[in-house]
Amino acid sequence: MADKLHFSLVSPAKELFSGEVDHVIAPGTEGEFGVLANHAPFMTTLRNGVVRVLDGDTVKMRIFVRGGFADITSEGLTILAEEASMLDDVKVEDVQAEMEATLLKILALDKDDSSRATLQEHYDYLESMKAALVH
Amino acid sequence: MPSLKDLKNRISSVKSTQKITKAMQMVAAAKLKRAQDAATAARPYAERMAAVLANLSASAGASGPKLLTGTGSDQTHLVVVMTAERGLAGGFNTYTAKLAKQTISALQAEGKTVKVLTVGKKGREQLKREFESLFIGHIDLSAVKGDDFSESAITLGKSLTARYEDGEFDVATLIYSQFKNVLTQVPTAQQLIPASAPADTGTVDLSGAIYRYEPSEAAILETLLPRYINTQVLSAMLESSAGEQASRMTAMDNATRNAGEMIDSLSLQYNRARQAQITKELIEIISGAEAL
Repeated sequence: MADKLHFSLVSPAKELFSGEVDHVIAPGTEGEFGVLANHAPFMTTLRNGVVRVLDGDTVKMRIFVRGGFADITSEGLTILAEEASMLDDVKVEDVQAEMEATLLKILALDKDDSSRATLQEHYDYLESMKAALVH
Repeated sequence: MPSLKDLKNRISSVKSTQKITKAMQMVAAAKLKRAQDAATAARPYAERMAAVLANLSASAGASGPKLLTGTGSDQTHLVVVMTAERGLAGGFNTYTAKLAKQTISALQAEGKTVKVLTVGKKGREQLKREFESLFIGHIDLSAVKGDDFSESAITLGKSLTARYEDGEFDVATLIYSQFKNVLTQVPTAQQLIPASAPADTGTVDLSGAIYRYEPSEAAILETLLPRYINTQVLSAMLESSAGEQASRMTAMDNATRNAGEMIDSLSLQYNRARQAQITKELIEIISGAEAL
């Protein structure tokens, strides 16, 4: 593989990664897709899931993203994630604890509380992050 | 001529004021560092987002969603004024409020309907006298811990989008203090809705290649635009908070220096008065001795 792909992943909190890589696999809303160097211009929304960065055939980095966008231009791949965390830095126990806390909050709410949907979404996010961690 | 005791009291009172301003300056400096880091960290996201939006809107043209193209009218303006929760920050809040007043008056002079939404207590207080009838809402930032503005930004962004969808206004302008560096904060008016990508973000030249969209261009725009507005609001909040701390730091630095000067001149006065008293007493003793 001669050409390298310029890949950057940013979330509102910070720029998580920026650099040259071989191959990136990202979770699009309509299915996972891989990006190599010189990919055709392409833009898609992302679902919650793992972005994998590959060097050759080995997975170098796994980043969990919560929704967002991927934008591929001739200049490379940019992922705008609403929230992103390096999977290596996340502990299963922490996620589990936060899941339980969120669940308790949901249960304490009235049936038609407006914040219910937000909390539920947060719970789903944590659940999928945990699933990604266990694998 | 104040008595020695008066002077002594004043010196000690100025000294304790100086201690307070010094402490406030150091607190502001520490907070500034954090606020500045947060503002810098958020910048790449905002920039990339603007670039993506510029690409999209260039190809979407006039058929895009309402958030991008506008309602076709510009009769009702919403002015969002973003200031700090706390004062004692030099001219920080005043300058932003001044720009807000000018903007509102200019719009009213053009015969537009103006609504005002305030963020932060200080700006609300300053605008209250003239424009209270125009207020439609207020966002309180006092509960924000540290520099985690993301929740408030999303709340504000969502309420803006919802109000826009309800047809409450046609154009939204955000007035906030842009953080240039520690010494300069520039009050800025920025149009939020209809969303416009900043002119200086160049679109990527695709050299004739066709963009592919998944699921579809319209669907992407629909999810992107509200987020873009949230991002704009968030970065404005971060810049404003960094500016507030910088401004407070500078103001308190000046105050500490002024207090120092005051202490010097009061000490001089005190020493002179004391010397004068000693001289007077000596003269009295000597002339008393001579008279004998």
